[in-house]
Order: sequence, then structure tokens, then C-alpha cells
Amino acid sequence: MTGATDHLPRLLALVPWLLAHPGTPVSDVAREFGVSEEQLRADLNLLWMCGLPGYGPGDLIDVTWKGDRVTLSNADEIARPLRLTAEEGLALVAALRIVSEEPGIVERTAIDRALAKLEAAAGAAAGTATERVVSAPSSDSDARVVATATGALARGKRLKMLYWVPARDEATDREVDPLRLFTTDGRAYLAGWCYLVDDLRTFRLDRVLEISVLDTAVDVTDETRRRALGAGLLTPAADDRLVTFSLDPSVRWFADYYPCEAVTERGDGGLIVRLRVTDDAWVRRLALGLAGRGRVIDPPELADEVRDVAIATLSAYRR
Amino acid sequence: MAAERTERLVNLVICLLHTRSFITAERLREIIPGYSDARSDDAFKRMFERDKEDLRDLGIPLETGTMTGWEDEIGYRIARNDYALPDITFEPDEAAAVALAARVWSSAALGGPVTRALRKLEATGVEITPMPEGLQPGVGAISGALPAVDEATRAGRRVSFDYRGASDSEASRRLVEPWGVVRWHGRWYLVGHDVDRDAPRVFRLSRMMGDPKAEGPPGAVVVPEGVDLPALVSESDVPGNEVFARVKVRRDRAIGLRRQAVDVADGGDGWDVLSVPAPDAQRLADQVLGYGPDAIVEAPAEAREAVVRRLETLVDAP
Repeated sequence: MTGATDHLPRLLALVPWLLAHPGTPVSDVAREFGVSEEQLRADLNLLWMCGLPGYGPGDLIDVTWKGDRVTLSNADEIARPLRLTAEEGLALVAALRIVSEEPGIVERTAIDRALAKLEAAAGAAAGTATERVVSAPSSDSDARVVATATGALARGKRLKMLYWVPARDEATDREVDPLRLFTTDGRAYLAGWCYLVDDLRTFRLDRVLEISVLDTAVDVTDETRRRALGAGLLTPAADDRLVTFSLDPSVRWFADYYPCEAVTERGDGGLIVRLRVTDDAWVRRLALGLAGRGRVIDPPELADEVRDVAIATLSAYRR
Repeated sequence: MAAERTERLVNLVICLLHTRSFITAERLREIIPGYSDARSDDAFKRMFERDKEDLRDLGIPLETGTMTGWEDEIGYRIARNDYALPDITFEPDEAAAVALAARVWSSAALGGPVTRALRKLEATGVEITPMPEGLQPGVGAISGALPAVDEATRAGRRVSFDYRGASDSEASRRLVEPWGVVRWHGRWYLVGHDVDRDAPRVFRLSRMMGDPKAEGPPGAVVVPEGVDLPALVSESDVPGNEVFARVKVRRDRAIGLRRQAVDVADGGDGWDVLSVPAPDAQRLADQVLGYGPDAIVEAPAEAREAVVRRLETLVDAP
């Protein structure tokens, strides 16, 4: 792309936006368009040189400043935005599909209605993206759980929930101040301040067994809120331990599903992967689930523990 | 230079939107200020050709035609109805969906376009509902091959890419007639006709290696009438008939299995007996093995044997 092919679409979008939002502070406009204030002022300086042939005072676009607030007028020809491009249509449609796969955040029907309106209005290139890019309802989480968590987050209320911890295979009662609800890889997560452990925790909503909203307002410091919003899905801690697995070709998917630190080919189609784990119980369970297809090769004492559990399980089958 | 050129293009767009009749290149040269810089006819021609190309690349519907009657030289204009985004009125819940969609993409490849789309919608008067800060669908949704695959699909062109399936040890080159892209269980899939295998196939976008490449002429791919894309994807993953397994689990343990159970009976002595959907023996073994001695498959025999065999392999490993 040349400078002009990047620049022109912004100007053609800027004009209708400013006409629809007269008197907006220039800093806000710059933020909306993702450019510096300096660049935005340059854009505006360029625009008032433009207009209809003749280019007399009545032909040019008018830019009026009131302090830092800018108002545009006399730009009838380009007062409406250009139709969505194919790229914009795809990005929007695909994003709406992602939003729709987690039932409970927004009504699925609302997304379908929004897509239908976009399709009708967006023009051929963008509109047909709704046919080419589709989704299948697939979430494992309960729409009611997601909707309850979303509602509590929006209203700033504390949640009470019964949460299943697979690593220890137990259900725990917790009160949580919801701070962030996000979906990734088709799963919904809630990050919040957990009063059981007095720390930030991330919960998988498909593991919430029961949930209700309490009448207590969320009560966390700005610092905590900032940490919750910035937190990644899995933040490795210094005291995590490194575990190495050797995987047969049939369980290569493992490297896609778990955040591995290192993945190397074993040479026969299998993989050697290394990942950080915080919870020994979890990794034992994981290793047992891979039985016959993959195994822990390091640390050796963990491999031994897993083998001991396997022996105990086998004897239960032979009883 | 860049700013002068942008200014010229804005003036060109305004002029061509304003006119009802077609305007010739010569006339444009006279009235659009930037073109006076052209020192020769050739220089102007090159400038104008490049400008036309840029406008078309940006999706601006540039029309060509001639004036009726005496003039036979080709002229230009932009049809306002094709140019402008029509008004869209969203209900509050629809606007909320669109607002959330804007937060989905973390990568610039699709994040930029969705933001630009939003600015356009706002310019037509759409109010994008503010959403709570912490609400973020699709965090880390990786776009990867999506734009390239979609572009080929839109153009009706074949697409080729290196692909390594879940159980392939090596990547191989695939040539596919793309029908569409499906989002399913949090992942993107391309559905299409695999040319070499001469059959419909489903490809996970995250397993494509490198950038997919469009091949052959546009419009060559015909999507079969009535094809159900989501169904093709879900069929490719889930085997058919549901079989139920009987699994004995220690009381209050194996919560994950309990959540899938369609029936729970008292097994006595601190145990429960679950009835769990088990499409195939190995999949059931995958699920049960992690619980160790807290979950014992009783039936079907095939699944029970699969678990025992896999435990033996683990125990016997060097």
C-alpha cells in the first residue's frame, strides 16, 4: 500500500464521522481513528484545502475550531461513509461469529439480526461474508452461567459459585468479584478476585457448577482491576515446575491444547514437549489420561508417581 | 508528496461524486488542482491511471461511460448510491453485539479493519453501546490464514497451502476449492473440495503452514447448492451413534465424568455407577484414565480393555 491508499480511506471516513459528531475534542477524534493528535490536525489542514472545482470559499470544506473542539461542514459530496470494504466486512462478520459462539454474553438472535442488517447494507463485497463465514453453536458452557457472570460484571456485583477444580477433583464454594470475562479457543473464562484464596484467579465457566449474584458490590483496588485486565490466560510463576512429555504421533494435538514452552520433533512423528505446571495433581491426571500414548520423561520422580497410580488402578481392574 | 497526492484524490472523489454526467480525463486535468503539476501528456496519463487504480482498489465504484450525443470520449463519475453506506439502525442489543465484536481481534490484521468498519457505522448515526471494560470475547483469537482463505473464497479461486493434520507426521501440499469458513468449538475451519483427493474435506486454519495462496482464475469455484458448511465440520469430528458406557466412580470424585453422565445410580460401598455417552472406546479411555483408581470402566468390555491395555503400556514402559 502506498501512503495515499492508506490515508485516503481515513479521510473519507473522518469527514462523515465528524459531520455526525460535531464539536468533538480533537484528542477524542484522534483516539477513535487510532492516529496521533498531530496527524489528525494534519488531516484537518488537508481537508479544508479540498472541495468542489472552483475551490472558492463556498466550495471548500469548512473546518471550525472552538478551542480544541472541531466541527466540519460544507462537505455534502462525501458526507456519507464509503461502503464497507471486503476486508472490513470479513473482520466484522468473523468477529460477530466469535461473539455468538459463547451463549449468554449477548443474545444469539441479536447477533443474527445485526448480521442480517449488515448484510443488507454493507454492499456485495462485504455482505456475502455472512454466507462464507459461518459458525456452529458449540460452547460447552451453560448459557445461564455465562449470562449470570456477564450480568454481575456489568452491574459490578459479587458472585457466589460452586467451582469444580479438576486437578484435585473437588467442588469448592467461592465468592468472587468479577473483573473480566473473556473467551478464548471457544471457552469462556472469568477472572476476578477470589475471596477463598484472597488473590486474583481465572475460572473456566464450563466448570462452574452453581452460580448466583450477591447483593454486595465489587470491592477491589484499581491496581487489582488493572492486573485482572492485563492478566494473560496462564501466567507462569517462577516456582512452577517444568515437566517434559514424550508424545506418540496420535497425541500431537497436545501441543495445540496446552501452552508448551518447547516443542521438538521426536523423529518418528511424535513430539517431545515441555511445559510449566503449577499443580502436581493436575499434571498427574494429565499424564494418566495420556497413558499408552505419551508419558512423563522428566522429572523422573513424577514419572514414578504416575506409574504408581497406574499400578493401583490396574489392580482395581483385576480385582 | 503523499499529502499532495491525498489532497488530489480527495478532490477527485468529491468532483466525481458531485457530477451527474461523465467527466473526461482532459476536463479533470483542467479542474483538479493537483494535475497541473503534470509536465507532459504522458506524465498526466500515468498519474491519472494510478489514481483510478487506487480508487478502485479502495472499493470506490468508479464508473466509465460517454456522454450521449456529440461527445465520444470516455468520461468518469462515481455513483453516489453505490458509494455510500446506507443507514443502518441497530436495536440496543444488536449495537452491543457490534461493540463487543470490535474487541475480538487482538491482531492488527483484522483489528484495524473492524475498527474502520465501526467508524463508518458510527458516521451513519449508529450508536455503539459502551460495554463494561472487562467484557472481552475472543481474546487472542488468532486470525492467521483467515483473510487469505476468505479472499480466495470470495473470488471463487482455488487455494493451496501446506497442511499437517492432527495425526500427520509431515505437512503435505493441498489444493482446495474453497466453499466457506466455519467457526466451531473455538476454531476456524476451511470447508471445500480437496482437488487431489476428489472429495469434500475440512481443514483447521491453525494447521495450515505459511500463507495460503490463491490459484487459478477467479470464479472457477462453484459452491454446491444447499451445502451445509457447519454440518460438514461437525460431522468430520464427531462419530455417529451414541453408545453409553457404565463407569463406577468413587462418591464425590470424578466430577468431570459426573457432569457428562445421563444417569447416576448407587453402586454401594461408597461408589456410584454412571452412564456416560461414549462414542468410542478410546475416547472414553481418554476421559476415564485421568481419574486413576477413582473411576473404573465396567462396560462395554471393549472400553474396559482399552483402559487396561493403556495402563499396562504405561506401567511396562522402560
